[in-house]
Amino acid sequence: MTAHEASGLLRKREVSSVELTEAVLGRIGEVEQSIGAHISVTSDLAMKQAAAADLAIQGGAVHSLCGIPIGLKDVLSTADVETTCGSRMLEGFVPPFDATVVGKLREIGAVFTGKLNLDEFAMGSSTENSAFHVTRNPWDLTRVPGGSSGGSAAAVAACECMVSLGSDTGGSIRQPASFCGVVGIKPTYGRVSRFGLVAFASSLDQIGPIARDVKDAAIVLEAISGGDPKDSTSLHVEVPNYSEVLGRSIEGVRVGVPLEYFGSGLDDDVKELVLKAIDQLDDLGAKVVDVSLPHTEYALATYYLLAPAEASANLARYNGVKYGYSDLDSSDVNDMMAFSRARGFGEEVKRRIMLGTYALSSGYYDAYYLKAQKVRTLIKADFDEVFQNVDLLVTPVSPSVAFPLGDRVDDPYGMYMSDVMTIPASIAGIAGLSVPCGFAEGLPVGLQMLGPALSEPILLQTAYAYEQEAKVSSKAPFLDV
Amino acid sequence: MDPNSFRTVIGLEVHVQLKTDSKMFCSCSSDYADSEPNTLVCPVCLGMPGVLPVVNRLAVESTLLTGLALGCHISSESKFDRKNYAYPDLMKWYQISQYDMPLCGRGSLKISLDDGDKQIGITRVHLEEDTAKMIHSESRVGHKVSLIDANRSGVPLMEIVSEPDMTSPEEARVYLTTLRNILLYLDVSTANMQEGAFRCDANISIWPAGMDTGDVKVEIKNMNSFRAVFRALAFEEERQSRVWVKTGQPPEQETRGWVEASGETVSQRSKEYAHDYRYFPEPDLPPLKVTDHLISSLRSAMPELPESVFKRLTECGLRSSDALQLIDDRPLLIFFDEAMNEYPQPQRLANWILNNFVQELRDSETNLASNPVAPRGFVELLQLEDKGHINSKMTAELLGRMVSSGRSAKELVAETGGQITDDDELQEMVSKIIKDNPQAVADFRAGKKQAAGFLVGQIMKATKGRANPGMVNKQISKELGV
Amino acid sequence: MLDRDTVSHVAQLACIALDDDEFSEMRSQLAQILDLFESLSLLQTDQVEPTARVVPLELPLRDDEAKPSLSQDQVLQNAPRIENGHIVVPAVLTDS
Repeated sequence: MTAHEASGLLRKREVSSVELTEAVLGRIGEVEQSIGAHISVTSDLAMKQAAAADLAIQGGAVHSLCGIPIGLKDVLSTADVETTCGSRMLEGFVPPFDATVVGKLREIGAVFTGKLNLDEFAMGSSTENSAFHVTRNPWDLTRVPGGSSGGSAAAVAACECMVSLGSDTGGSIRQPASFCGVVGIKPTYGRVSRFGLVAFASSLDQIGPIARDVKDAAIVLEAISGGDPKDSTSLHVEVPNYSEVLGRSIEGVRVGVPLEYFGSGLDDDVKELVLKAIDQLDDLGAKVVDVSLPHTEYALATYYLLAPAEASANLARYNGVKYGYSDLDSSDVNDMMAFSRARGFGEEVKRRIMLGTYALSSGYYDAYYLKAQKVRTLIKADFDEVFQNVDLLVTPVSPSVAFPLGDRVDDPYGMYMSDVMTIPASIAGIAGLSVPCGFAEGLPVGLQMLGPALSEPILLQTAYAYEQEAKVSSKAPFLDV
Repeated sequence: MDPNSFRTVIGLEVHVQLKTDSKMFCSCSSDYADSEPNTLVCPVCLGMPGVLPVVNRLAVESTLLTGLALGCHISSESKFDRKNYAYPDLMKWYQISQYDMPLCGRGSLKISLDDGDKQIGITRVHLEEDTAKMIHSESRVGHKVSLIDANRSGVPLMEIVSEPDMTSPEEARVYLTTLRNILLYLDVSTANMQEGAFRCDANISIWPAGMDTGDVKVEIKNMNSFRAVFRALAFEEERQSRVWVKTGQPPEQETRGWVEASGETVSQRSKEYAHDYRYFPEPDLPPLKVTDHLISSLRSAMPELPESVFKRLTECGLRSSDALQLIDDRPLLIFFDEAMNEYPQPQRLANWILNNFVQELRDSETNLASNPVAPRGFVELLQLEDKGHINSKMTAELLGRMVSSGRSAKELVAETGGQITDDDELQEMVSKIIKDNPQAVADFRAGKKQAAGFLVGQIMKATKGRANPGMVNKQISKELGV
Repeated sequence: MLDRDTVSHVAQLACIALDDDEFSEMRSQLAQILDLFESLSLLQTDQVEPTARVVPLELPLRDDEAKPSLSQDQVLQNAPRIENGHIVVPAVLTDS
């Protein structure tokens, strides 16, 4: 059942939020052992919120997300709830404040069912970097759910919550959404407040919804969007009614297909499915044209310079002094801080901090960080140019379907490659989403749609039109909801 | 090498805590002076996961105002940068500061020395945040520990960097007092060095005559007063000249700390770690556009600066030394100016304020701000004297009583009586005193003129100073037949 | 291959105490990733401005108004070591 369907039932009092929440918590109890999407399940909180939501619903008009069970990627600061970022470094850390988006959902009356698993500090593409446990893809438990928002995508796919929030820095919402057969949106940079999102790469991070259909994703996106005085990089632009555009015809919508995304690295079955989806868009009246984004090949390198550089500064605060893991044995303060970090952080995180520190260090800044900032300008210019002539772009999300657990853990570069199609949009700060477009080898494949800044309406409209036409099942295994 | 042929090159870096209600990047109160530890802290200034900075408008305006007062070039676009280093008192392990696009660029400060005025170049003025406070202590089991209080973390700091234009410790001292005064006049800071609102680090090198100034310089830290700055720089001049004479080379480039107790600088070897700050633009803060409109509105709101105050005061007849004294004490100047509104007699006011009022405040251990005498009340006192109701001795004494009791001059005079100017009354008194002091009279007649003064004194004593001295003198002279 | 001193220096700047195994692994992995960046150096970017942010924004300024802070308990609740309302660390050596 989708959130919007549930919302209808709640309002008609055909089911209560308490019942709905109990059912979801029951599901979590059943499948969590196999899936491992959660770091913590917040049942007490959820039940309290569900009861309050029922009262609100009885009282009159409520938001469509009131009483709806929502999962939160454990990188979102949640007041009085352990927020670990998937790391030993923050195991047991309980923040005294809510992220802005968490506060918004709390106020709406949403029900928080749990904190969802992720690659440590959002660094990874498979959720295997979590310090606690792996998450398994509900479609095939031997496979990764993708990352870094693997828990968020798996939980939605396995009906462990109705919708969830993830975060996307280089593809961390879109790629797991694709691997788990659900919808994921990376909003335009600045569309959603980052206050309370534990920072990985400040100029790339965005929070976004993961849901079982486009309509749910649109509802959540609308609820969490908006300018925030606490986030100086947030856009103070009115939030449109995203649900309103769903159902509109896409006749005449100009769709660009960038040739650089269909090169040799792309799996044949994935390519086939994406091309088929493009044909379907054509059938629906869209005007499909070939385009080129010539600097695409430089995006991976640019990302792996910019993101770790910013991350190296953002993660410097984790040093055993004021919170988090601390090496209590050291009697020397420098040792204490250095060992706290050595032991509190996992390998990938340490790797990226080292890389970022190096890229910023004296003598290397110009060649690495500054250079990457310049190439970023070129990548963004490619998109600006192309969007003069098309309304949106359609590409694959990832070169392959979900890969087996353990396959790429010793191959960081190979791991990075799975994000090669999602990274450019992050670098340019534009809007993107992933919508299911079929199955290859029995595993979900996602279709990526990218649009210029603040183009969420056209992306949602197009994704919805496609979704209604293609009717790709998002029914995850061992469920009949 | 002739030690007398060295020339000194000094540059100063001053960090000023800005007088704002809230911190630089969050809304915590920045008034941490008397607070319990860690009670003025929020997730932002504590550097918790997920927080973001939001810039304080007043801090920006105060910095721009300072730059304007120093004649600095104001950039139309400025930005913040992250200055990264690992230290326990820095909550985020980066300080949000400004690197290559500071709010204010080149300017200058005119200082007045004994042998004339000199312009000291200002390199830049920029904005950043303060660190937490760290104090050293021992734990209950005797381990050496450092205790951190984050109340100060995030308080706005303005950094003013001078060009290395100073050539002596004295010039450095004058630069600091002049700069400090401007900051007080702009009302951007309390600039109180003892409270940590005005901190100074110095760079000093000396070079033999005939040799160009090189890049090597020694940084001096830990000077907690202007006097310490002077002494530390003087010490360094001496120390560095000995190194030159001994080795023929400049001294090692290093950081040294001033030790007040022993009057020397010592090498700070623990600051060995590489100062690779890895500056990069702060991604959480877009650039700041400084509009012409903002600059002109700041300019028009600029308070009167010391230089123009001096001109104004001396032009209306005040002695230079008095003008300087008033300028150095801005609250007192404000008091003076207010009094002037009702009583435009600058020198008379200045005399009473500087000679008497200041002393009375000191004696009663009151500061100007909390003292009960307002400019209006002060003026009332002087007007009473002008009208002859009291004499100058009474004025002085009344002022003291006004400061300690909080009562007005009029009130006090009504109680104890005004000046005694009645001829008959005075004559009676004088006759009595003369009758009671035959020896003094005899002395006077014998040629000891000061005996008359004694008699006047006796009358003043008997009348508690209220007798009009001039009239008493006249009366006594009359009685004694002179 | 990155030289040992460079890796050591970076680890020091990053303040991470790598053990010997980690150090070797890090050294080779970093070198691999750095090869990625060779391609960037071939791009002509002399006339290109760096992009620090993707959507043009003006810096918002906050009115100077003090608002309530966290309580001392809230500030210290996650601290590993506390004493008398302070956060405690092993002594930082100073030179006085």
